Amino acid sequence: MSFIECVDLTHIYNAGMENEMLAVENVNIKIEEGEFVAILGTNGSGKSTLAKHFNGLLLPSSGKCLVDGMDTKDEEHTYDIRRQIGMVFQNPDNQIIAAIVEDDVGFGPENIGLDPHEIRRNVTAALRAVDMEEYRHFSPHHLSGGQKQRVAIAGALAMNTKCLVLDEPTAMLDPRGRHEVMETVSRLNKERGITTVYITHFMEEAAMADRIFVMDQKHLVASGTPREIFRDIGAMKKRGLAVPMAAEMAYRLQQKGIRITESIINTEDLVRAICQ
Amino acid sequence: MSIELKNISYTYMPKTPFEHLALDDISITIPEGKITAIAGHTGSGKSTLIQHFNGLLKPSKGTILVDGVDIGKKNTEAKAARRKVGIVFQYPEYQLFEETIAKDIAFGPRNIGCSEDETQERVKQAMDFVNLDYDKYAHRSPFQLSGGQKRRAAIAGILALQPKYLVLDEPTAGLDPKGRESLMEKFRRLHKEKGTTIVLISHNMDNIASYADNVIILNKGKVTMEATPEEAFSKKEIISQAGLELPEVKTIMNELAQNGLEIQNNAYTMDKAVEEIIEALRRKGKC
Amino acid sequence: MLTDITLGQYFPGNSPIHDMDARVKIVLLFIYIVAVFLFDNHINYGIMTAGAIGVVLLSGLPVGTVLKSIKPLWWIILFSFGIHLFSTPGEPIFKVWNFVMTKEGIIQGFIISLRLVLMIATSSILMFTTSPLKLTDALESLMSPLKKIGFPAHELAMMMTIAMRFIPTLLEETDKIIKAQQSRGSDIDDGNFFQRAKGMIPVLVPLFISAFRRADELAIAMEARCYQGGVDRTRMKQQRLHDVDFWAGGIFSVFLISLIVVQFTL
Repeated sequence: MSFIECVDLTHIYNAGMENEMLAVENVNIKIEEGEFVAILGTNGSGKSTLAKHFNGLLLPSSGKCLVDGMDTKDEEHTYDIRRQIGMVFQNPDNQIIAAIVEDDVGFGPENIGLDPHEIRRNVTAALRAVDMEEYRHFSPHHLSGGQKQRVAIAGALAMNTKCLVLDEPTAMLDPRGRHEVMETVSRLNKERGITTVYITHFMEEAAMADRIFVMDQKHLVASGTPREIFRDIGAMKKRGLAVPMAAEMAYRLQQKGIRITESIINTEDLVRAICQ
Repeated sequence: MSIELKNISYTYMPKTPFEHLALDDISITIPEGKITAIAGHTGSGKSTLIQHFNGLLKPSKGTILVDGVDIGKKNTEAKAARRKVGIVFQYPEYQLFEETIAKDIAFGPRNIGCSEDETQERVKQAMDFVNLDYDKYAHRSPFQLSGGQKRRAAIAGILALQPKYLVLDEPTAGLDPKGRESLMEKFRRLHKEKGTTIVLISHNMDNIASYADNVIILNKGKVTMEATPEEAFSKKEIISQAGLELPEVKTIMNELAQNGLEIQNNAYTMDKAVEEIIEALRRKGKC
Repeated sequence: MLTDITLGQYFPGNSPIHDMDARVKIVLLFIYIVAVFLFDNHINYGIMTAGAIGVVLLSGLPVGTVLKSIKPLWWIILFSFGIHLFSTPGEPIFKVWNFVMTKEGIIQGFIISLRLVLMIATSSILMFTTSPLKLTDALESLMSPLKKIGFPAHELAMMMTIAMRFIPTLLEETDKIIKAQQSRGSDIDDGNFFQRAKGMIPVLVPLFISAFRRADELAIAMEARCYQGGVDRTRMKQQRLHDVDFWAGGIFSVFLISLIVVQFTL
């Protein structure tokens, strides 16, 4: 059984009303426990809408979404699902609720009614896991964007989440902040086996995933390993996306008659192919 | 002619416990007709710096000359000089407020006293430039647009002021790859066709590498480098000290050089890099 | 500039006053203020003033800071002093036109001012020594008996928490929008009242839209983190009484008893 599974999932906003809008159509997706998947797609391709189904923030208009075997439509399981799937959103400012870091991290555990001692333990462990323990008494207002996003990740970890769904967590950050977030996410995935769904516009970030899903015009149009996905530069560009710089360079070299047989997704690949 | 900053210092919240020297003795020149990039980490002072260009902030020390006029003065000449500088702030779509897109874009021209005909003409031109069809969109609410369209409508609002110097603060933040590229191409066209001087504020070094003629690196309120892109990207130390990264292309080229490929290693754009690699491989007899 | 406003008047510290439970502080402050307006014996004014000074000294706050807190209300104090000065009947000392200043008036005016000063100063000490968060929690806890009659104590406290979190963010945003519109040639500082009010529209509309967008995103984030109102919710930070609170309660009782004794025997 897959950890997250969408079957023929379709979502229509404001269904039956004048401004009804189809956002996601007939998506079938399976994400295994411990996997790191990236979702790519232009703005409006439906990827955020899809992600909001994973923890029942949105319910399918038709089809279904199963998390750990539980149907998100089943109200009995709503909070079980949300405990297991933590979400991090794009704007770091609009997801931090409390005026002190540790209180914010404790917000989730408080909501699910954990014992105060347990909450404190979880908060400390979560802050340590994202390397933010020394900031526990800070006001979020005084943190950098990357630090705020790490606090948001800690907020999910404090609920003992099994899976992180991150919706463009680095879009508003500078290079340093992006590194911090990427490094934290990939470490949590590797060391703790946290299933990770990572939505991004940065191809270099997606290249680090185990698998990539590509959304285009409300449909899931491709899935595969980064090597498989980034091999087809033409298809990616046609969908308004791109490929990592190293892949693009390899492609250009091939066009000029240089023989590169391997598929290239990062600098190491390219260096190996050229300087062998 | 140029924007010239002479010994600018700026202190935030002076005489409070939060007092903080945001800009420390900055002297730079933004030459007319070029694309100048200002790069720096969050908190390096770049946002504070650009707010001095049109007098939004007054320096604690120093003077700013726009085309030779001190914009700190309180006369009409200084006011006119300040208006030569247009600033597109980060996420400019958050300043849209009018009922219709055309009205929103007309806000600027009306404020600076353009006639009604002139205003309408400018609105049309600006919308045309950012690819928003006038007949289709002029009378729609800006809030019904998609994210990328909103961004373009907001930028049109600044373009309608027809600034001689256009300052862009992270103009592509949050856009998807296609949106990023097409927006940057529009600015390049503006620069080529109308000769608008562009100041590009960014931490995306690949963007800077593809577009800028000059690079200014800010770190902790100080200018740590003012150079051509080629020179700037050859100084990896200064770039990483400023919390920035080399352009991806440059990183790849450095790696190739380190692994024994004999390249000149001057390239920082894709086209040049491909040329250099091919040349090096030819010399090696690999193709 | 807008962001120059320093928000939250909390001064972190380790004094006994800082260490007290916020609920105890609020209750004792409430009783103290009632006492200040109830007891009118001159010796009691002395005792109550001494009490207030004692608390200031214990709190380790700079005396100047506490005095400064009175500044914004200076005009109200002066006004009530003036009213009592001239409106209290008694032995006249001075007469200007139709206004008669009396000896009783001076005393009454002085007393009223003292009461106001004591009330403001002690309330400020509460604000200065209690973090806004603890204050909110304490208010929620003190108001929770009212939940039974349908009073939304948890919701109010949550609103206060969020407001405190977002005030600096929104101030910063206002500053940005003002600057963006100024860059489009708008002169917010120019013209008469109506022109200025009209000039605020380009700032207020984006600000409201942004506030709603933030509220919307925040609501989604809260929902994603299992927020379901105050039902079955626990708190990480338990409010528990410590020795310092019992000491404070004891000392305050002695203080209160002596006030009562003085009031009714002297």
